[in-house]
Amino acid sequence: MNLQKIRNGLGNYVFILPAFLLFFTFSLYPFLKVFQLSVTNWDGISPHMTYVGLSNFKDLIFDNRVFWNSMGNALWVTLLALTVQNLLALVLALLCDRDIRGGNIYRVIFYLPPVLSGIVVGLIWNWIYDGNYGLLNHFLAFIGLGDLSRAWLSDPKTALVAVSVIHMWKGFGWGFVILLAGLQSIPRDLYEAARVDGANSWILFKNITVPLMIPVFVLVSILTILGTMQIFDIIIATTGGGPGYHTEVPITRIVQTMVGSGQFGYACAMGVVFGIILLIISMIQIRASKMMRQV
Amino acid sequence: MRHSLKLFIIFFAALSFLGCSPSDKKESSQAITVWHWMSDREAAFQELAKRYEEQFHIPVKFDLYAPSEAYAQRVKAAAQTDKLPDIYGILGEKRDFASFIKSGYVVNLTPSLESSQGGMVWKDKLFEKALAVNEFISGNEYGVTPGVYGIPLDVTTIQMVYNKKLYEKAGLDPNRPPANWEEFVSHCRALKEQKIPRFVSGFGEIWLIDAFASNLAMNIMGQEKVFATYAGKVPYTDADWVKVLSLFKQMRDEAILVDGAVTMVNKTAEQTFANERAAYAFNGSWCVNVYKGMNPNLQYGAMLPPKVTNQNPMRIWGGAGGSFVVNQKSKNSEQAIQFLRWLTDDAQQAYLSVETQNLPSNKSSLDKISPILAEFADDMDNATHPNVYPVHEVPPVTEAFDKGIQSILIGEKTPEAVAQEVQRIKEKELKKNQ
Repeated sequence: MNLQKIRNGLGNYVFILPAFLLFFTFSLYPFLKVFQLSVTNWDGISPHMTYVGLSNFKDLIFDNRVFWNSMGNALWVTLLALTVQNLLALVLALLCDRDIRGGNIYRVIFYLPPVLSGIVVGLIWNWIYDGNYGLLNHFLAFIGLGDLSRAWLSDPKTALVAVSVIHMWKGFGWGFVILLAGLQSIPRDLYEAARVDGANSWILFKNITVPLMIPVFVLVSILTILGTMQIFDIIIATTGGGPGYHTEVPITRIVQTMVGSGQFGYACAMGVVFGIILLIISMIQIRASKMMRQV
Repeated sequence: MRHSLKLFIIFFAALSFLGCSPSDKKESSQAITVWHWMSDREAAFQELAKRYEEQFHIPVKFDLYAPSEAYAQRVKAAAQTDKLPDIYGILGEKRDFASFIKSGYVVNLTPSLESSQGGMVWKDKLFEKALAVNEFISGNEYGVTPGVYGIPLDVTTIQMVYNKKLYEKAGLDPNRPPANWEEFVSHCRALKEQKIPRFVSGFGEIWLIDAFASNLAMNIMGQEKVFATYAGKVPYTDADWVKVLSLFKQMRDEAILVDGAVTMVNKTAEQTFANERAAYAFNGSWCVNVYKGMNPNLQYGAMLPPKVTNQNPMRIWGGAGGSFVVNQKSKNSEQAIQFLRWLTDDAQQAYLSVETQNLPSNKSSLDKISPILAEFADDMDNATHPNVYPVHEVPPVTEAFDKGIQSILIGEKTPEAVAQEVQRIKEKELKKNQ
């Protein structure tokens, strides 16, 4: 009997073995390896690495202003994405949720930017923002605001906002699709019943749409935070982190440290710290959303 | 249940075995594989590979991985997994090169270079400055066994070019570029009066800022003082370094750089100059081929960056452009060396020079180059290269210096503030390495 039990159990394990092997090889092992490398001073080439304890973390946390500045930049872009980008996505989703003419065409159009490569999007916006021959400056001159013309990506006052606009333009389509799906899953009879009771559009939105959409808002927010904090390709294609450190974000710092400076171990420590910060932000957000639902 | 379980195990085992089998059919053991990043030379390489196979019946496979950042990553990843090809190039700084050598991935080519074939010693055919970039001298700071570890394929200088047509338009002599910094500034003013954009470079790629600032520093204080700074004996707050940084402030104050140059990549800067939207550019000699492709009618000349003082020579970066090394762990290392010897012979070098518009590394092929390339070649005497410096600056300090210059160019920081910040990081790094 026991033998039969063991056989059955073994069979179960054999079935999950391929998935486990894939997960171990491509997720668990690299994850653990990053932790291992973060306590070394490995240069990324040599077969030998020296254990340096927590000194990488100590330097990173207490004496690396540039990294924390890049974290601040990423948080700023994330804040904009969470508010402006998601608000835009919600408004568009609400509009497309109605039976409007050509609704499907709008859905396709709004979903186009996210499927484009970040590098391509960056290059296109480079032309738009160009200080000498850019479309934006031409447009400003056309409407009589030529005094505002500038090299948008090279001016420290506008560089980060300019990059954020590109990111939001590229990213709002994701939120739009998810929010639209959420809106369409709300039973229509709830709205009809409320209307019969005399509710106006604002009441419908406040008392039906928002409460039922909270799980979707949480999902969109988490995806926005995780996606935006890891912004990289657009930065590389537009400013490379410059001018100075004005558009540096954690991933550009990690890549620069890893590839540019050959400090692989230190870059892994950056990755670990950054990962922990993302984890904490996500946990806080999940907690907050649970509390909101209880309220 | 049992039957399906058996079937599943057999299927999974078969998949695993397939996955573990050699990935590709083994090519002929003599076939030579070369990895490179030089997309502009890909067609010429393929043609030369064909010729080599016809001549020696040894196939050569050139694999292109571009852009250069992706290539550098690939080579590092291949080194980590011991999958480097027979021949490859190492991109990066000298310390990266040293790491590859110390890890046993590079053949010391000194004995081969000192041997002769067909009556001439191999190294005597090649430009010394190009070889020096691939050389580790005795007592080098990395502890690498002295020797030459790479074969230069071509020679590059990084200097300035100016547009002759725009010069004429501004009423300047098209055959007389500025000889010193004051003249450069006054020529820029003349160009500005005619609303001609002045100077472009891909200063968004900080290595170009580094090259330009290094040229000015070598001229202002002489290379010994620059090396002393790298060694930690002279602070970055020294008056000479502040003077170097002040030149960038002057460039900002005089609006010498085109708008956006501070975050511009070099490819865009090349387009800007080729489309006659800037009178000067700071670029490498590879630009000849690039400009030819973008605007065949462009009339331009090469010049050294303008001298600030006559006390020291203007040193520009130059030496080997692309270099190849041979994988020490390759079974084909001898054939690989033979192929590189053939690749640097007169005929192949002349072909590469004509096809790719790069300066050849073989001295005998120099008479085949175009007049504009000859202008670059004329300045080779002024060339130096970080790879031949006896001491090197550490990356965090270099980055702080170059990013600091970006901050000066955008009017955010003063030269003095940047000097102090760079010195702070220098002291931190010195303390770390004590």
